[in-house]
Amino acid sequence: MNDLDYIFAVARIRVKEKTLLRDSDIAQMITMPDADAVIEFLLTHGWGDTASSRDADAILAAEEAKTLSLINELRLDPEILEILSYPQLFHNLKAGIKETVTTEPHPSAFYPLESYGRETILKIIKEKTYDQLPEPLRELAPRAFELMLQTRDGQAVDMLVDRETLSAMEKAGKASSNPLFKNYLLSTVAVSNIKIAVRAQRMKKSREFIENALAPCTYLDTKELAKAASGTFEELLGYLQRTDYSQGAEALKESPSAFERWCDNRLIGSLRGERTHSESFGPVLAYYLARQNEIKTVRIILTAKANGFSEDAIRERVREMYV
Amino acid sequence: MSTGMVLALLGAALATILAGIGSSYGVRIGGQAAAGVVAEDPDQFAKVLILQLLPGTQGIYGLLVTFITLSRIGVLGGTPITDTKTGLMYLIACLPIAVVGLVSAIYQGKTSVASIGVVAKKPDQFGKAMLFPAMVETYAILALLISILAVTNL
Repeated sequence: MNDLDYIFAVARIRVKEKTLLRDSDIAQMITMPDADAVIEFLLTHGWGDTASSRDADAILAAEEAKTLSLINELRLDPEILEILSYPQLFHNLKAGIKETVTTEPHPSAFYPLESYGRETILKIIKEKTYDQLPEPLRELAPRAFELMLQTRDGQAVDMLVDRETLSAMEKAGKASSNPLFKNYLLSTVAVSNIKIAVRAQRMKKSREFIENALAPCTYLDTKELAKAASGTFEELLGYLQRTDYSQGAEALKESPSAFERWCDNRLIGSLRGERTHSESFGPVLAYYLARQNEIKTVRIILTAKANGFSEDAIRERVREMYV
Repeated sequence: MSTGMVLALLGAALATILAGIGSSYGVRIGGQAAAGVVAEDPDQFAKVLILQLLPGTQGIYGLLVTFITLSRIGVLGGTPITDTKTGLMYLIACLPIAVVGLVSAIYQGKTSVASIGVVAKKPDQFGKAMLFPAMVETYAILALLISILAVTNL
């Protein structure tokens, strides 16, 4: 698809952007007395559907489904849609392998993907018809299945599949001609690698283990990152301060959640330029990511309200909005 | 048929063809954006329709210059052209609306798309949004004026 083919989609997105939550809406929700008040606020803003009633998880799931449905309706390039669904797709593969090997059904562990939902994934794994999977999963699926079968170690499978998810995103990012999409994919891989390195550093994992866990990355030197993460926390911060993620290192000093917030705010900041474009895939991608950011923020507020967090504690965790 | 007549007809044809191509492109992209807005907010139909149609005027200007030219070179009236020099002058007289019509309609279409984006987000700003593509129209009108003055004074 060329940029002109996105004019219809971008015009639809412009109308939908009016319904996105603003920073002032988030600030208002933070000051509400409890989760019920937040849910009431969301319902008046059109969140949820008739089936979700006042159940917070159902409302958030309904919003995620609405976003996916809109993106599918816009008839974007199928390859882009597939790449956007990589995290859910690879997650379903993990869930399918674990369910097949352990024979314990966990329907709620799967994302309700149209093409590769629970039934399809389980059928492919049971029949070993891996060629029916998208290209990046075909070689990975039998490897992950064998690993689970031999070790029964779900965490090892998670590590393998998560790394391959990031590798697939890195490959797609390098191949993308759209600067925004490329930056989104490559940044996601870099940020995920930093999160893996931070977790590994806290768990005192070996350098070899960390090197195996990190995915190939354009924006970071993974060998240097693994070396730093195998040392002290200060060494890890020292390495990050020498990269484009130096401000992220400052946030990391505060807490891992402050770092995640910084990453999300940085991504949303990089998307804002798309609010003035009218002939490219950029505004559609920006809307999709803004919706994910919005749903994540609302989830944080609802969880915090349900657990009696103070307003200041919630304020530290919420993300900036796109509009 | 003389060479002069062929050149004059070529000018008349280019006025309609090039300005028409520009307009169809401009109206096409404006229509795509308008359809996107109406898909989500049907109440904005009238506003986005006006913005979609703005790049369509260049095609009409080209048609007008073609009619005037044909009515002066012996096709729909006037005196048939016999010399090459006069025919060449008619061709050159038609070029402003042909070329400027093509280019301005494409740019006006792109500006209309951007303005439709404004209406999508802020329907109450329609008046201001319409001015942006209307500005591009200025140059199509100037080209039309020059082509008409040139064709009618040969």
